[in-house]
Amino acid sequence: MTRFIAGRLISALPVLFVVSLVSFLLIAVVPGDVTAEIAGADSTEAQRQLIREQLGLDRPLPEQAVRWYANLLQGDLGQSYLLNRPVTEAVFERLPVTLSLAGIALVLAVAIGMLLGILAAVRHNSWVDQGSMSVALLGLSVPDFWLGLIFITVFAVGLGWFPTGGYVPIAESFTGWVVSMTLPALALAFTQVGVVARMTRSSMLDVLGQDFIRTARAKGMRGYTVILKHALLNAMVPVVTVVGVMTGVLLGGAVVIESVFSLPGVGRLIIGAIQRRDYPIIQGGLLITAAIFVFVNILVDLAYGWLDPRVRHGR
Amino acid sequence: MAADVDLAETNDLRRAMARSAWRSRYTFLKRLLSHRSFLIGAVLFLFIVLVAVLADLIAPYDPNKNDYRNLLAPPSALHWFGTDGFGRDILSRVMHGTRISLGIGLSVVVMTGLLGVLLGTLAGYVRWLDNILMRIMDGLMAFPGVLLAIALSAALGPSILNAVIALTVTFTPRTARVVRASVLVIRELPYVEAAVAIGAGNLRIIFRYILANALSPLIVQLTFVFAVSILAEAILSFLGVGPRPPAPSLGNIIAEGRNYLQDASWIALFPGMAIACAVLGLNLMGDGLRDVIDPRLSKVRDAG
Repeated sequence: MTRFIAGRLISALPVLFVVSLVSFLLIAVVPGDVTAEIAGADSTEAQRQLIREQLGLDRPLPEQAVRWYANLLQGDLGQSYLLNRPVTEAVFERLPVTLSLAGIALVLAVAIGMLLGILAAVRHNSWVDQGSMSVALLGLSVPDFWLGLIFITVFAVGLGWFPTGGYVPIAESFTGWVVSMTLPALALAFTQVGVVARMTRSSMLDVLGQDFIRTARAKGMRGYTVILKHALLNAMVPVVTVVGVMTGVLLGGAVVIESVFSLPGVGRLIIGAIQRRDYPIIQGGLLITAAIFVFVNILVDLAYGWLDPRVRHGR
Repeated sequence: MAADVDLAETNDLRRAMARSAWRSRYTFLKRLLSHRSFLIGAVLFLFIVLVAVLADLIAPYDPNKNDYRNLLAPPSALHWFGTDGFGRDILSRVMHGTRISLGIGLSVVVMTGLLGVLLGTLAGYVRWLDNILMRIMDGLMAFPGVLLAIALSAALGPSILNAVIALTVTFTPRTARVVRASVLVIRELPYVEAAVAIGAGNLRIIFRYILANALSPLIVQLTFVFAVSILAEAILSFLGVGPRPPAPSLGNIIAEGRNYLQDASWIALFPGMAIACAVLGLNLMGDGLRDVIDPRLSKVRDAG
């Protein structure tokens, strides 16, 4: 297991290198004079020169890269010139909102998705199966931010059950936090319910066709005990693998959902930075979110290796 | 070389040819069209395509013409989908928006297909390039969801072309992986060995023997890329880093409708439904294609 963990950690290094390189190069692909974009069209040459020096853009690209990596290794992602504070500080301050939004959505998606998947597999080829799979497919096809707007229209504007947006920190009021997170998390989760439901269904169908299930049934075990105790536990293993991919989709989706519901997370920080050309924040936000995604994927792989010994010995 | 080895290879070759004969176009189409969800998806998607292509002819109004006597009119016989804050007809805007969305989606599919085949084949065929290329692809795939597309599009500046570039960069890695995986399997098959033996050149082997047989998983993958590109383009437009307004991209219409959720929810409602129909059609088609081409693939569904 130690070798498996070490191997997995080492294989993440080139990925993190490419991620940091892409984040660094982001400012280089901006067409034209970046500093004019940042300072505005009516800025003076002196103002632009100041920004150029602050960002180190007056240096050749390789030198900028060396500086970027030297700073990165010390945990310094530069300075946001609009917020006037370190990028890492600004991003980490917003991170809990994004992570809790993605986390709640993940739990919801897995719970609803597995329920639909199990129902579909147990009632294979019935209307329950078709209904569940239609819901799953619909979730994969509907834009999440649009669903969020529909939720706002129906449940906030129409019925008045929820606020139209805004965030209540958990430290301030737990119920307020739950209420403020419900609609965004549901909108975000719905897109991924289908992924889990389809995976659970096909994996359940595989397991239900196996000999040990027939044996359990033959020795007189009741239907639901067989499904919950024998089939489900085995069917859950492949579902773990989609959690890794889903985390990425949910972290990315949180960016958009945060803008829809005015939640102060990393996504809104990045979108705000885009509008005001605060490139260090865009670069830093991109890099940190991607690093978290890489880390979650390592955890998922380790969990998978722990659940299924064939995986860790196969490598 | 012993005669029985040659015989085994000929047999394999014959079997491979028999397999491709079995998959001849006629049977393939027949099986595809008898697949219910493919059929539903195809009809749905064709309808959207038709609307997009004929938008100029069938749209009842000019999508960008303001009508200040008809601001925020609810859906009616005159304006089926209602009008927006400038009195513009939503139905006409959605029709033209579908054209922009499908156009961007199709461009992304073509670019992703070309780049994916190029990079995937290089990685699968040229051993020393494999590691470098795949580590870069892994790195690009490490950015969560559409975040890379958002950042790239923002850096390049909001326009249709830049949206296509940003989405292509985002979706090419997974496509390249799909191509590479097929190439790695096919290059070891006996009929490729046979082709090498009779002196076929590298290019001939790649195009005629390897890529021709790697096409099916690629087509399935590209169907899903089409679907996610339409969704992602809407996100870019909605966040203001896609095609610039007043271009009626579906995401732009939704973004404008966001300010009128209380009084005119139809503005945001209909373009979202158009997106959902197009994506649903593509997803159904992709599922059907995958089932017919290779039932064993049915567990894999990766496009994002």
